[in-house]
Amino acid sequence: MMKTLFSADGLVGLLFLFNLIVTVVGGIVACNAERLVRAVIGLVVCFVGVAGIYFFLNSPFIAMMHILIYIGAVAVAISFAIMLAAPEEKMRTGPTSPLSGPIGLISTLLLISGLVSLALKTEWTSVTKINDGSVKTIGIQLLTNHSMVFELISIVLLLAILGALVIARGGREE
Amino acid sequence: MSLTLINVLAAVIIAIAFVAANAAYLVWAERKGAGFIQRRPGPTENGPWGLLQPPVDGIKLMTKQLLIPGGVDKIIFVIAPVLAMFPSIVSFVTIPFSDTIVAHNINIGLLMIFVFGSMSAMAILMGGWSSRNKYSMISSVRAVSQAVAYEIPMLITAITVVMIAGSLDLMEIVHKQSGGFWHWNIWPFQKGLFNILMPASFLIFFICSLAETNRAPFDLGEAESELVAGYHTEYSSMGFGLFFMGEYANIVIGACLTTILFLGGWDCPFGLFPGVWWFIVKIYILIFTFIWIRWTFPRTTIYSLLNLSWKVLIPISLFNLLLTAGLLKVF
Repeated sequence: MMKTLFSADGLVGLLFLFNLIVTVVGGIVACNAERLVRAVIGLVVCFVGVAGIYFFLNSPFIAMMHILIYIGAVAVAISFAIMLAAPEEKMRTGPTSPLSGPIGLISTLLLISGLVSLALKTEWTSVTKINDGSVKTIGIQLLTNHSMVFELISIVLLLAILGALVIARGGREE
Repeated sequence: MSLTLINVLAAVIIAIAFVAANAAYLVWAERKGAGFIQRRPGPTENGPWGLLQPPVDGIKLMTKQLLIPGGVDKIIFVIAPVLAMFPSIVSFVTIPFSDTIVAHNINIGLLMIFVFGSMSAMAILMGGWSSRNKYSMISSVRAVSQAVAYEIPMLITAITVVMIAGSLDLMEIVHKQSGGFWHWNIWPFQKGLFNILMPASFLIFFICSLAETNRAPFDLGEAESELVAGYHTEYSSMGFGLFFMGEYANIVIGACLTTILFLGGWDCPFGLFPGVWWFIVKIYILIFTFIWIRWTFPRTTIYSLLNLSWKVLIPISLFNLLLTAGLLKVF
């Protein structure tokens, strides 16, 4: 059967495409904006798209946490840092070196060709629901099957906090 | 299919209408309340008791020119007020007013409200920065540092309640408190859980919702005597109107959330006249308290504001979280 745009599948595909486009457009704005603050806004748009994809993948909890952490905390912290640290003129992204364009292009092409060949050669199986994606299931999974990852992440976070403290203390005179 | 579409449309329209009507008439209530507390009449000219003042104000705002000053960052300047208003409307979709009156109950409703609440900090930052005005800038930095500081104790207290209810579903949280006055989360005697810090938790949550909505005595972002009008100094017409309405919508959300988490939602106190009006009565009592506090207490300083959050509210709420976890394990 031909899948039309107006069937349920077509609508779902359209939503997925919309999220993808939001993510990519946000990413492009984040990389190419002339003003740093606009780049942060692009990053926020990109995060919204990624959260939409999580929602699409039947994990509304992860989608919500993604928005709460990345937009509510990370993006706010980044823009806070930009506003407090840089004076007006320096809030623009500076000129880059002439080599960065070609190198970036080559590495992007390599990455894209790798991903495309991977996507073409993989035997795709249809997606099955592993669990209902609820908070309770995620909690049980985190503390049983994936407890190692959970513990490692907490160590990474601890190291990040310690690193931030070391950097922050380094600048003080006393 | 079409029925659900109509349901969704109706829910969205009712949510917008409810938010807008509340925003408009809370301004009237605020001015009347201020007048009452300061022994003056408040608005009296338009309509009986000045009741036609909000529509007249609205028409005035809408017919004014939308000025975009030279030198502002136009795109961000225009997006910011929309982003200030939009999350508050979306949040109303999940707030249950009674067993049946809810637009769309999702099982992570509480989380969703916090998620959209956290977006308003971004709106304030964008509005303040794109104005290219030092007062707007200082104000947005203040407002955001305050919002970030008070989000932490607010979330910790909410997690305490979530642990007691065992769910992030707002309906479920209210159902767990059913059974009258003494079963509400504000009291320390629900079901074998004698947590004497629950009233303190309620107070912390209430203080945090005052601070999160930039209300006096925590309205440092809009300190008129220092910062002209704060982050919306450069906004005219409905740009200002949206920021203003978003603020009042956030007050309603704060009151709704406090009612659901601590005051038993639509649960009637002593079995008297059960119904949705208890929810309405409770949120308007809380909103009146918001107004009462604004016109009674002077503004704090930024240092005492941040100290209150980091040195008092966060330790107490963390301790209460641990205590609740322990008590839940023991009983």
